[in-house]
Amino acid sequence: MKFEDEPVPGYPLPILPGHVSPGRFERVLRAGGFAVTAELAPPDSADPDEVYRRARVFDGYADAINATDGSGANCHMSSLSVCALLTHTGYAPVMQISCRDRNRIAIQGDILGGAAMGVCNILCITGDGVQAGDHPQARPVFDLDSVSLLGIARTLRDDHHFESGRRITMAPRVFLGAAANPFAEPLDWRPLRLAKKIAAGAQFIQTQYCFDIPRLRQFMAAVEDLGVIDKAFLLIGVGPLRSAKAAEWMRTHVPGLHIPDAVIRRLAGAQDPAREGRNLCVELIQEIRAIRGVHGIHVMAYRQEESVADVIDRSQVLAGRVPWYPARDTAPSSAKGSP
Amino acid sequence: MYRMRQWSVRHARGLNRVYRWLESALVSLAPLWRAIGYRRLERPVAAVERTVKGILFDCRMCGQCVLSSTGMSCPMNCPKNLRNGPCGGVRENGHCEVIPTMKCVWVLAYEGSTRIPGGVEAMQAAQAAVDQRLQGSSSWLRIVREKTGERA
Repeated sequence: MKFEDEPVPGYPLPILPGHVSPGRFERVLRAGGFAVTAELAPPDSADPDEVYRRARVFDGYADAINATDGSGANCHMSSLSVCALLTHTGYAPVMQISCRDRNRIAIQGDILGGAAMGVCNILCITGDGVQAGDHPQARPVFDLDSVSLLGIARTLRDDHHFESGRRITMAPRVFLGAAANPFAEPLDWRPLRLAKKIAAGAQFIQTQYCFDIPRLRQFMAAVEDLGVIDKAFLLIGVGPLRSAKAAEWMRTHVPGLHIPDAVIRRLAGAQDPAREGRNLCVELIQEIRAIRGVHGIHVMAYRQEESVADVIDRSQVLAGRVPWYPARDTAPSSAKGSP
Repeated sequence: MYRMRQWSVRHARGLNRVYRWLESALVSLAPLWRAIGYRRLERPVAAVERTVKGILFDCRMCGQCVLSSTGMSCPMNCPKNLRNGPCGGVRENGHCEVIPTMKCVWVLAYEGSTRIPGGVEAMQAAQAAVDQRLQGSSSWLRIVREKTGERA
């Protein structure tokens, strides 16, 4: 969709009544669109073009791009700087903030700085433990947790002061998000944990990878029973699996990832496992889309980002809609999605 | 001790009752504490608290105890010090992402809170980030001061 008040790329949109941010992502969700977000893996490099190259892969397919914050506890370009580069050309990034590496002084500074550079969406997450990454010798910080971080971010936005009580002169106009993992223990408590995050200020939710539709349905039913299903926009995590071996590696090494045996068997029995992985992803997206309370998908296609366009096209979730990207309104329509 | 900590969660209901009783006893003795002086009491009371809660809960003396809202499973034993619930990295067997031999503190907390009347509801209250200045101080005396409206 094109907004009639679409400004020059990099300039903020006006904030609509009932909205908290000037961002496109919030607009798409509040307008009732089925949103697609995609995860960008920040480069191990100081080259800005690497960031732009990785973003361009999603042109025409993503309403917002998540800039991860040292995901898997591995060192990469910072989330804040990836977001600064992206907002400069008009992209709508979701700035991920993990509690692992910075204390509340640094994090509150980053929220203000991010907002000053045009970041409209923030995802508040706990962060993987340092033992999972390439610097297990590092000191884990965890001064905040995801819920207290949400509270502090909301206070900055709505009450215009730091956690200390000291006032700020201009509030960050940000749409606040949190993560959820419906597939990890304690399973019964996961819906309550989601409700707690929503009460703490989460307006959108991006979940861990979903490979188990029955369990997702149970989770969503419990969320509905708690009466919070319409209190936040839920985007379900999906991604193509490359092979049975890759899936097996992921479920043993990625904390909290649940991949049923049936999925691994299906990939193992396929002639072209990568293609089968994409087929499976398309099927999952179509099933997820039909579940009540789901407002979009969050695609995590680590090291196979180029397959996102194919998966989104085939799943038809955008229903002909072309999410904004820097050259969209000037490029000939046949160039859609080409990097 | 990990074994003892698990025992405490299994007996969360009884321990919570003891805790409630202890709290009201300490609050009712507030005039005595005031007469002795909180500053003078701080070290001996903190020492007793550290010993008792250390044995039962592996207490880390954060100074802002939330045990009754966490099913008698001390959240400071979480390697990420999470005070508001489990992270998304809990293993399929309910064990910790960081320390695979240890059951997730929040899996235990959920078990414990289901044994305490109103325990699951209590876990829904958002806990503020830890005040690092209170590390090592007595939660008991702090609660008494808060309940009797005295200044810290």
